[in-house]
Amino acid sequence: MDDRDDVPLLELRDVSKRFAQPVDLAERLARWLTRRGGNEGVVHAVDGVSLAIRRGEVVGLVGESGSGKSTLGRVAAGLHAPSSGTRRWQGADLDRLPAAKRRRRQLAIQMIFQDPYASLNPRLRVQDIVGEAPVVHRMITAAQQADYVAELLQRVGLDASLMRRYPHQFSGGQRARIGIARALAVRPELLVCDEAVAALDVSIQAQVLNLFMHLRAELRLTYLFISHDLGVVRHIADRVLVMYLGRIVESAPAEELFTRPNHPYTMALLEAAPVLEVRRIDFRPIGGEMPSPLRPPFGCRFHPRCPHAMPRCSAEEPALREVVPGHFSACHLNDG
Amino acid sequence: MTRPDDTMQPTLAVEHLRTEFAARGGAVTVVNDISFTVRRGEILGIVGESGSGKSMTAYSIMRLVDAPGCIAGGRVLLNGQDLLGLNEEQMRRVRGNRIAMIFQDPMMTLNPVLRIDTQMIEAVQAHQKVGRAQAREMARAALARVGLPSPEERLLAYPHQFSGGMRQRVAIAIALLNQPDLILCDEPTTALDVTIQGQILHEMQTLCRASGTALVWITHDLAVVAGLADRVCVMYGGRIVESGHVRDVLERPRHPYTAGLIASSPSRNRRGAPLRQIAGAAPPPSELPSGCPFRTRCPHATPVCATMPEADVQDGHMWRCFHPMREPEGAAHG
Repeated sequence: MDDRDDVPLLELRDVSKRFAQPVDLAERLARWLTRRGGNEGVVHAVDGVSLAIRRGEVVGLVGESGSGKSTLGRVAAGLHAPSSGTRRWQGADLDRLPAAKRRRRQLAIQMIFQDPYASLNPRLRVQDIVGEAPVVHRMITAAQQADYVAELLQRVGLDASLMRRYPHQFSGGQRARIGIARALAVRPELLVCDEAVAALDVSIQAQVLNLFMHLRAELRLTYLFISHDLGVVRHIADRVLVMYLGRIVESAPAEELFTRPNHPYTMALLEAAPVLEVRRIDFRPIGGEMPSPLRPPFGCRFHPRCPHAMPRCSAEEPALREVVPGHFSACHLNDG
Repeated sequence: MTRPDDTMQPTLAVEHLRTEFAARGGAVTVVNDISFTVRRGEILGIVGESGSGKSMTAYSIMRLVDAPGCIAGGRVLLNGQDLLGLNEEQMRRVRGNRIAMIFQDPMMTLNPVLRIDTQMIEAVQAHQKVGRAQAREMARAALARVGLPSPEERLLAYPHQFSGGMRQRVAIAIALLNQPDLILCDEPTTALDVTIQGQILHEMQTLCRASGTALVWITHDLAVVAGLADRVCVMYGGRIVESGHVRDVLERPRHPYTAGLIASSPSRNRRGAPLRQIAGAAPPPSELPSGCPFRTRCPHATPVCATMPEADVQDGHMWRCFHPMREPEGAAHG
């Protein structure tokens, strides 16, 4: 196993993911008749994003719906092939490996989903949900499955005697644990958690977050932790990336980002998030909504909502630059 | 409808409300002996997890509980008048008129196949004797009040043409149409992004202050209540286990459940350290223990908890617990 610290475990370089609406015959005919070129149906869900995750790190990814954070997570986990850009696993370009080898490498990245109801097959017993993949990938034999699953269930805090049951017989918190056991079954090194605690009740959320942190220490896991909940990300992440409309606008160590945010969007997010410690405040929200990713604004994508927007912001897209060591922000204000 | 004694009488007084669902093996109580009041211009937060009965409390106030559920007892006084004594026709004149409700999913309010103006004009004319043109003008004004840009154009749109945040604003505008005395909000911002949530909280707060509308804000999010509400009720297992001014309840929680909820919030824990957690999961209403509903998960429970504790009240701060918390920060013992 490669333990060199300078090579990131997973690296995405200039990755984009575009989704195109399929063009049907009528549309093609209309375009031909009107002689309009057409790529207006293309969504740039992720647009030129680079990120590196080091072994043992917890990287938080925050943003609102439509920011592209889930798509980026799926690209990182290999569920979507990037439209352009490369994915490197310990330095090796994943998309250039032979298919069989890539599949094996990719097992090291597993995903945990938001909805503990929709992400488990209701017609399979827990033993098969958790134990199917390791048998298919020949990590264990079918005869070993029951013992293997029992051990995994105990590891995530479930009673092993429940493995003959179906998902509907479990509570939301227990289902979240089953999803985690399923991901752990193929001995991953990196877990991509997409809103993994968002659907859980407050008291259960703390239990599952504790489990994530416990597993991190026990199995030396690395996480890409995607969440809209800033409090959760602040607690669990070492480093935080903020996405807006398909781009990373700011990235910094967690404490630095939350105490000294640089990008106006990050500031707006932090300001808008309610916190327990503040009583009967006057909410002073930022106006407007995130524009459609079908037609992102020109220049800085945040400029239509930004309180500090200046003429340059609508003309020129700011690059992600290091403002203090380790703290990157994409904002023209930093140019003074 | 404003009365001279408005300052004395609460807009809404719920007294010993009890809602049950018929089930195999007897009735299941989902709202159990709930009492609270909301005054003019006041915002009351009701906090609880799924299954705590917080939504059923709102449905019971609106008398929207369908069979096999039924309201088994208590009173719901709106400006002194018991809603539970009204017949269905009288109750229909109250809903959408004196009390409005906003749901988590705005499509519960909106009809997907009708234009916004059609729906809003209908909502006005159902309760007020006004012409179509005047009703339309009221609809336009309501949309403008909730901060919807270009309301004139928006009136002609269909719900699917709006984003989630915009739809929720339209639902709020519809709730405001007849200037209700009370608005019940059931997790209205839970599905929305934080910046949009911030906008809606701001608008509700401003509207409430300006119009004197009483607001009941049901949520699972203590942080929203902390910033928005004047008073809060904490529900667990169909009961209010603690209530009082937001400051008292959040800074000096007395019930171990409230204390546990607050202590498990990441902001109350050292970064990266294990979160203090409440053990176990809330049982379904059919499997609640006798006595205090929290006792099976409570670190302080003793045999006496098998009977329901009486309410203790100190300066408007109420809790129901035999072993209330003493620490000022209410840190739960691990």
